[in-house]
Amino acid sequence: MTGTEIARDRKAAVSVRSLSKTFGQGEYAITALDSVELDILENEFFTLLGPSGCGKTTLLRLIAGFELPTNGSISLQDQDITDKPPHRRPINTVFQNYALFPHMTVAENIGFGLRMLGRPTAEIKQTTERMLALVQLEAMAGRRTDQLSGGQQQRVALARALAPAPKVLLLDEPLAALDLKLRKSMQIELKSLQAETGITFVFVTHDQEEALTMSDRIAVMKSGKILQIGTPRDIYDRPTHRFVADFIGDINILEGTVEHTDGDLATVRLKDGTRVSAHLGTASARSGDVSVAIRPENVRLASTGETPTLTGILENIVYFGAATNLHLRLGTGEEMVIRNPGAVDEGRYQPGATIGAILQPELIRVLE
Amino acid sequence: MADPTTAMPASAQPRQRRRLVRDLKAMPGFTATAWLCIVTLYLPILVLIAFSFNENRSVVLWTGFSLDWYAKALENDGIRNAAWVSVKIALFATVISTIAATMAALATTRTKKFAGQGLVYGIINQPLMIPEIVTAIATLSLFALVKKVTGLTGIGYLMLAHAAFCIPFAYMPIRARLETMTLTLEQAAADLYAPPLKVFTLVTLPLLGPGIVAGAMLAFVVSLDDVIITLMIAGPGETTLPIYILGAIRRGITPEINAVSTILVAVSVLLVMLLFLVQRRMQR
Amino acid sequence: MSGREPQSALAAAIEQNKRTERVTRAWLLAPALTIILAISILPLGITVVYSFLTPGTYGGVTWEFSTDSYVQFLFQRDIFDDTLVFNSAYVSIFLRSIGLALGATLGALILGFPTAYFIATKPREQRNIWLFLITLPFWTNLLIRTYAMLLIIRDEGIINIMLMKAGIISSPLTILYTDTAVFIGLIYSFLPFMVLPIYASLEKLDFSLVEAGYDLYANRLKVLFHVIVPLAKPGIVAGCILVFIPGLGAYITPELLGGGKKLMIGNMIAMQFGASRNWPFGSAAALILMALVILVLLLNALAARRGASNNG
Ligand SMILES: Nc1ncnc2c1ncn2[C@@H]1O[C@H](COP(=O)(O)OP(=O)(O)OP(=O)(O)O)[C@@H](O)[C@H]1O
Ligand SMILES: [Mg+2]
Repeated sequence: MTGTEIARDRKAAVSVRSLSKTFGQGEYAITALDSVELDILENEFFTLLGPSGCGKTTLLRLIAGFELPTNGSISLQDQDITDKPPHRRPINTVFQNYALFPHMTVAENIGFGLRMLGRPTAEIKQTTERMLALVQLEAMAGRRTDQLSGGQQQRVALARALAPAPKVLLLDEPLAALDLKLRKSMQIELKSLQAETGITFVFVTHDQEEALTMSDRIAVMKSGKILQIGTPRDIYDRPTHRFVADFIGDINILEGTVEHTDGDLATVRLKDGTRVSAHLGTASARSGDVSVAIRPENVRLASTGETPTLTGILENIVYFGAATNLHLRLGTGEEMVIRNPGAVDEGRYQPGATIGAILQPELIRVLE
Repeated sequence: MADPTTAMPASAQPRQRRRLVRDLKAMPGFTATAWLCIVTLYLPILVLIAFSFNENRSVVLWTGFSLDWYAKALENDGIRNAAWVSVKIALFATVISTIAATMAALATTRTKKFAGQGLVYGIINQPLMIPEIVTAIATLSLFALVKKVTGLTGIGYLMLAHAAFCIPFAYMPIRARLETMTLTLEQAAADLYAPPLKVFTLVTLPLLGPGIVAGAMLAFVVSLDDVIITLMIAGPGETTLPIYILGAIRRGITPEINAVSTILVAVSVLLVMLLFLVQRRMQR
Repeated sequence: MSGREPQSALAAAIEQNKRTERVTRAWLLAPALTIILAISILPLGITVVYSFLTPGTYGGVTWEFSTDSYVQFLFQRDIFDDTLVFNSAYVSIFLRSIGLALGATLGALILGFPTAYFIATKPREQRNIWLFLITLPFWTNLLIRTYAMLLIIRDEGIINIMLMKAGIISSPLTILYTDTAVFIGLIYSFLPFMVLPIYASLEKLDFSLVEAGYDLYANRLKVLFHVIVPLAKPGIVAGCILVFIPGLGAYITPELLGGGKKLMIGNMIAMQFGASRNWPFGSAAALILMALVILVLLLNALAARRGASNNG
């Protein structure tokens, strides 16, 4: 199942159409977002992933309404909200540095949104208590926010944003300030909270592992553009761009020429003459020079008697516990890494040895 | 030779310690200079305060403790009137300058950068940049002109002049406070459905509170202490406390002046200490 | 939804936002700018005009154009034959003022730099106490501080009494109403302005640089002049300017400690608006003082720019 298929059977919560944002003017103009098209579905854990400065925060801020776009539109459940001020959008944000009000208690922070919506006091009290229970901070209700630990502040920020039951929750690198262990446990908590509440989450991170483990779908961004949208498997196994392939995990990239295509499959001749068949996916290159990619774990060592797809000279062996990386120099002059589960027989695999590699044909992709 | 570590006598231990903590940063004579500065800054004032409690009329010989001069000063109509004038002017100048400075600080920190921002900073800080005597005679010239044209007289002129030079003092801490307050808190409030006015009253203003208090205190102290501008533009019957003191010093030194001066110093010091406490809390 | 409609709506919203912001900003700035422009900057314009008018008999001005104020600054008009004779009286007051202000700046630097350094090398808690002690006099009335100084340096003041009791001198030293008194008074008045900016630049200084200096065989004096002083230069320059400018325009210090005899520019200007009653000349003198101040600030800005471009 691909990203577009999901989009067909579920309704969009947030639709972004040719959205652009430029900061500054003339010579100093910075295009933070460049004609972004995006549908975030109801009830989905959606992640924006990309390197620093690619426009993730900007996109989130436009959805939240802190800034007006230069161009394009944003709608929430088919309603245009492009120029609505933030206090009129049923969307809440968990800020990167939490932005808890220092002059209010934990409970007052959590109840703030409902108070502003003019809800009755009894309801505010009840919801606040429910939220405190949800994030397991019942004991902290009367505390000032500066008396909390980082993880607790994080939870208050979450409870505060969830209390008004928004249609969409925006989270800008909410875990970035936490240490690794806390981060891992918060990842699990966040994920289950999302499942429990059924609220659409838009989550920003530049940590690819975090994105892969938490998300229903991921959008990979680069310089203000979305390169690929898809499930974690799509993104990992079927990257469409060299950038996406590189950004998420390790990958081997080989240059070649398309000889002919047959539906989704293309026969690509590599530089040393070897022919491999690769999936085209959405790639537009149907002929000429292309790059093909395969993950190191999808390449295995040829056992004796097998015909290898490619051969190369072993240059380096890097052992790291669960796996061993073997670095080959191919006949084409290109480098290829094979990830072998567990250790390898060091007597047989020595630097300088000629090694055969087998590429799993269904996992070779042609890149954009 | 024996192993030096075992052969080392116990008495050598402290000596080595002292060598280890030797402070490379210390410079010879600097500590003495620092203390000299403190003595220079405080000795005259302390002598003045001490002699304000002297029983004798002499401001040279100490004969015994007494509060007579304070009683005398407080009974003196001239001093009481001057104190009242000072307080009236300072209060007016504080209120006006703090409101104006708060608004200006909001404009320069809470809206996008704008062309002419440097000019605005320049204008607001202008009273700090030129010598007070120049401001004083310039203001006098303007007021003389206005008086001639309108025929209006009164303490209002002094109040306005004080409000003007208090603005940069009130502006400094308020702007500093706003700059350390990230916009995120205000955005968080808007995100949680607070309309702009509520954002201001529920988030911006409470957080800005200590900055405004600090600004108001500075304005009050600065207005209370002004001599030159007041001296040049004050009309008859508009004698402030510092002007009264200046006149009294010119007539001759009396312990009564010491008493009034001590009171004025005490008020400033108390306000500034309060200010430090407020700022301490602000930093937390 | 057609493609065009929402786009023009967006453009309108952006325009509206900008307008709201502009209007809000204008209203917020209005009170402060109006007060300062009307009460502090407009008067400077009037001063410029006044400096080109003729003095009125009882103070004020008569509206007759004249450059006499500026001429008077350098020359004296002979009463009999109306010729101009060079008159050094006012120029010498300016030179005296500049000399005194420079001297006070140097004195404050000699006292202030070690003090700032001493504070910067203290542990954080002690630093705050020292800073508080240095700042506090700034917020107390300058008139009263100067008066207090007068009390201790006059002939019967405690300095003379103590010196005589100790047998160091037999008759009191006359300090009051001399240039020395004004000089001491200026240092005393503006010393905090020297300490604070130097402290601010020393506080940022990485003291491992000092250690590196020692490590490379510099002695204390060499470390001081080759490592610490160059790094603290911005603070030193700022401190010198902050002492020199108010020193140049000082009024209270020469008035009380100079006894009205040892005039500085400030007193001379004030006199023209009081007893001497020559407002145009006072205005001209004030403008010349301001020009001096602006010159110092400009020179500093130029030097700073050159420094920046040299480094960059
Ligand atoms: N207010 C602004 N003014 C000018 N440029 C801005 C502004 N906000 C963002 N930018 C620029 O827009 C681009 C995208 O910024 P954005 O903050 O959206 O990146 P990001 O993906 O969130 O990065 P990070 O991972 O570092 O948070 C950057 O080049 C940034 O410098
Ligand atoms: Mg960001």
